[in-house]
Amino acid sequence: MSPSKKYTKIIITAIFICLLAITFVASRNNDFFSIKRNSRQKAAAEKAFGFYLEPVNKEAKISFRHIAPEVDPKLNNIKMQIASMGAAVSICDFDNDGWNDIYFTNSAIGSKNALYRNLHNGEFEDVAGKMQLAHVNRKGSGVSMGAVWCDYDNDGFKDLLLYKWGKPELFKNIEGKRFERVTEGSGLPAWVNANSAIWFDFNNDGLPDIFIGGYYKEIFHLDSLNTTKIMPESFRYANNGGRNFLLKNKGNGKFEDVTNEYGLTSTKWTLAAAAADFNGDGYPELYIANDYNVDEFYLNKNGQRFEEKGREAGVGHIPKSGMNASFGDIANDGNIGVYTTNITEKGILIQGNNYWQPRSDRSAEQPSFVDLAQISGIENAGWSYGAQFGDLNNDGFMDLYVANGFISAKENTSYWYDYSKVTGGNSAIIGDAKNWPDMEGKSQSGYEQDKIWLNNSDGLFEDVSDKVCPAITYDGRAVAIADLWNRGVLDVVVANQNNIPLVYKNYAGNDNHWIAFDLQGTISNADAIGARVEVEWDGKKQAQIVTGGMGFSSQNQHRLHFGIGKSDKIDRVVIYWPSGHADKIENPEINKLHIIKESKPNN
Amino acid sequence: MQQEYKLENIPATTSRSQWLKDNFQYIPPAFITLILLVGQFTFGILDSYTTLVAAIATAMIAEIILARIVLGTWKNLASAYITGISVGILIRSNVIWPYVVTSLLSILSKYVFRYKDRHLWNPSNFGISWMLALYSANVAGLSIQWGSNLLAMSVIWILGLLIVNRAKRLHVTVTYVISFIILAYVRCLITGDAFLAELSPLTGPMYQLFIFFMITDPPTSVSSRKGRIIVAILVAIAEFVLRLNNLIYAPFFALFLVGPLAKFLDLRWNALHKRKQEKPGPGPGSVI
Repeated sequence: MSPSKKYTKIIITAIFICLLAITFVASRNNDFFSIKRNSRQKAAAEKAFGFYLEPVNKEAKISFRHIAPEVDPKLNNIKMQIASMGAAVSICDFDNDGWNDIYFTNSAIGSKNALYRNLHNGEFEDVAGKMQLAHVNRKGSGVSMGAVWCDYDNDGFKDLLLYKWGKPELFKNIEGKRFERVTEGSGLPAWVNANSAIWFDFNNDGLPDIFIGGYYKEIFHLDSLNTTKIMPESFRYANNGGRNFLLKNKGNGKFEDVTNEYGLTSTKWTLAAAAADFNGDGYPELYIANDYNVDEFYLNKNGQRFEEKGREAGVGHIPKSGMNASFGDIANDGNIGVYTTNITEKGILIQGNNYWQPRSDRSAEQPSFVDLAQISGIENAGWSYGAQFGDLNNDGFMDLYVANGFISAKENTSYWYDYSKVTGGNSAIIGDAKNWPDMEGKSQSGYEQDKIWLNNSDGLFEDVSDKVCPAITYDGRAVAIADLWNRGVLDVVVANQNNIPLVYKNYAGNDNHWIAFDLQGTISNADAIGARVEVEWDGKKQAQIVTGGMGFSSQNQHRLHFGIGKSDKIDRVVIYWPSGHADKIENPEINKLHIIKESKPNN
Repeated sequence: MQQEYKLENIPATTSRSQWLKDNFQYIPPAFITLILLVGQFTFGILDSYTTLVAAIATAMIAEIILARIVLGTWKNLASAYITGISVGILIRSNVIWPYVVTSLLSILSKYVFRYKDRHLWNPSNFGISWMLALYSANVAGLSIQWGSNLLAMSVIWILGLLIVNRAKRLHVTVTYVISFIILAYVRCLITGDAFLAELSPLTGPMYQLFIFFMITDPPTSVSSRKGRIIVAILVAIAEFVLRLNNLIYAPFFALFLVGPLAKFLDLRWNALHKRKQEKPGPGPGSVI
C-alpha cells in the first residue's frame, strides 16, 4: 500500500471512530428524563424561576384517589393497558361564590367522583355526595372518564356533562345548591366509550353545543365483552375506533345528534378535542387529537357544516398517538397555537409532541400550521397525556405543564418489547386483544416525571421540571390550571391514574403583575365560550380563548389569566365575543380580576 | 443493505434476459423504491421527504468520495442508493442528523472493516444497528406496521420473492422465514405468549426489508449455497436468543453479530483452500 493510501485509510478510520464515539456520547447525554433528586430548594426555585409548585393535598384537605376501571376478564392479559384512563379534573365555580372549585372523576364501579368546594381558607370540602354528583359510576351505566362544565341553559349557573365509558350524563345546576340529573330525554347518546368531550357553540346561536369523542367502539361494554377483537386495526392507520358525536343544543334542555349532517363521521380513536376560531370568520374550528392515526382539523363552514382539512392545514400528515389538544399563544403575537401530545420513548418510539403555530393570518379561509415544538424545545416529554399553557410566574409569557407516564407497575420492567411485537403486525393480530402478550405486571413508560417548561420569552422553553416542584412520578393524565386561592397566580391540578391527584399551590417568588377576566355573555352564550381576549402591554399582545374544556379530559378555570411581568400598565384589552361584537377596554386596572359582561352592540 | 447483485449462470437465451442480466443491479433499487412508493402513497409511511433525501444523498456522496480516494475507482451507486433509502425508511427520528450520520457510518464501515479486500458488514445493517443499540433519545427503528392492506403486503412479498429468486438468494429468504416461524413457535412455548404475537413481526415492513434486502445481500453473504443456508439459520437462532432477552431490533443485531463472523470465516477458508491448491506439489526429485 502506498504511503498516501495508507494515510488516507488512517484518516477515514479516524473519522469513522470519531463518529462512533460522538454518537455514543450524544446518546448518553441526551436523556430527557434526567430526574435529579437533589432538586433545588423552594427558595432557590422561587428566586431563579419566579415560582415553586408545592403539592398541598393534605393542607387543602383533598383526599381523593382515583381507581382504574375494571374490564372484562377476557382482557386480563392487557388489563393495565386498557384500564389506563379515567383520571380527569375540571375546574368550575359551581356556586358562583367567586372561588374555583375542583371536580375529579373516578373510574371503578361503585367508586365516587369528588366535587371539592373551595372554602376560601385554603381548604376544600368534598360536597359531591350532597350535590348528587358522587355516585355516578354504576354497573350498567358505565364509569367516568371526564367531565366538562358549561351553563348550557344560560341560567347563570354552570351545569355538568359527565362522559364515560358508558352513558354520558347531564346534570343541571340548581342555583349552586344541588344538581339534578337531566340525562333522560336530553338526547345524549345511549353509550359512548368516550375519553373526551367539550362544550362549544359551533353555530353561534348563543346555545352551547357538545362534542363527544369516541375511543373504543360504542358497541362494546368494556366490563362485559363477548369478543376480544376490540383493539385498533393498526398502530398508525386505525379507523375502527368509536364514532364521534356532535350534539346541537336546541335550547329546551334537549340536544340533537347532528354528527352526520355536519360531516363528523370519522371513526378514528379520539382522545382530545379543542375548539377555536382560526380563520376569523367567527365560527369555531374543531381540532381533534386521535390515537393510532393522524389528528383532524375541522373547518367550520358558517356553522352549517364541518369539513375535515387536516392535511391542507398541515396537521394531518404524520400519524401519531394524539392525546391532547390545548391552546396557547407562546410568542405574544396574538397567534394562538395548538399543543398536541404523543409518545416519546428512547430508542423505541420517537413521535414527539407538536406545537402547531398558525402560519396564515386569521383572515385566511383555510388556516395552515407549522410545527414549532422542536425549535421551541417542547417536543420530547415522554408518554404524554394532558398539557396546559399558563403563565406560572406571571412574567408575561405562557409556560407549559405536560403530564407524563403511561403505566407504572413493577419497577425496572418494561412491556415495550412485547408491545412492539403486536403493534408491528398485521391488523388481524394487533386488532385482537387475545394476541397481545400478557403484561404480567410490567411497566410501560412508567415512573416518568411530568414536564414543566418555562417560556424564556425568546421562543425557547427551558425544562425546569426537576427544579420547580418535588420529583414525583405518578402516571399523569389530566392537567387543569386555575387560580385556586384568588392570589393572582396560577396553580396546577393534575389527575393521576390509579393514584392521588397533585394539587400544586404556586408560590410566586416575584412581584410580577397580572390581570384576569371572567367573561359573561349576554348575546353570546352565557359562558362566553369561544370569546377571544387580546391583552396589549409594553409592545406585546397575548391572546387567549374561553373554552368549554381542552387538554386531555380536563377543563381549566373559566377566567382568563394574563401575567404582564414588571409592567404596571396595560394599554388595552379587546374582547371578541362569539356574537361578533367586540368590546375594548383602555388601561384596565392591573392585579385584578375583571368580571366583564358582554355589552349590547350599538346599531 | 448493499445489494451488489450480479446474475451468474443465467443463460442468455433472449435479448430481454441478457438485458436483465446486464442491468440486474438496478432491479433491487427499483424494487425498494417501489416498496417506498406503495407505502408512501397508500399510507404515508414517511414522516418527511427531507430525511429520506438526506439519507440517500449522504450515502451516495460518501460512496463517490470514499471509492475514489480509497479504491481509486468510480463505483456504481446502486448499492449506496439502497443503503441510503434503507436508512431513510428503517430509522425514525424527529431530527435530521441521525439520518446523515447513519448513512455516513454505513458507507464508512464498508471502507474501514475490510478483510481480503472485501467488506464484512452489510453497510446499512452496521449503521442502523449501531444507532439503535445506543438506545438514543433521538433515534428509533421502524417497529410499526404500514397498515393492514393485505393486497399491498402481498404484492411486496411476491415481488420480493421473485427478485431474490432471480438473484439466486431465494434459499436464504426461505430458510430464514422457515427458521423464524419454527423458532417463533418455540418462543411462544417458552414465553406463554400467543403464537400469533411471536409471528407478528414477520408481517411488518421492517422484516420485509430485512429478508429481501439485508440478509440476502450478496457482497456480505458467504460463498456457498450450503453456507448461506447455515448462516440464515444461525441468524434466526441468534435473533431467537436476542428476542428472549426482549430486544426489539433483534433481527438487525443478529445479522450484525453473525453475518461478519461468517463472512470472515468464509473468506479465510477460501483463502486457505486456494493457497493449498496453488501450492506446488513435490518435484520429480523430491524425497517426500
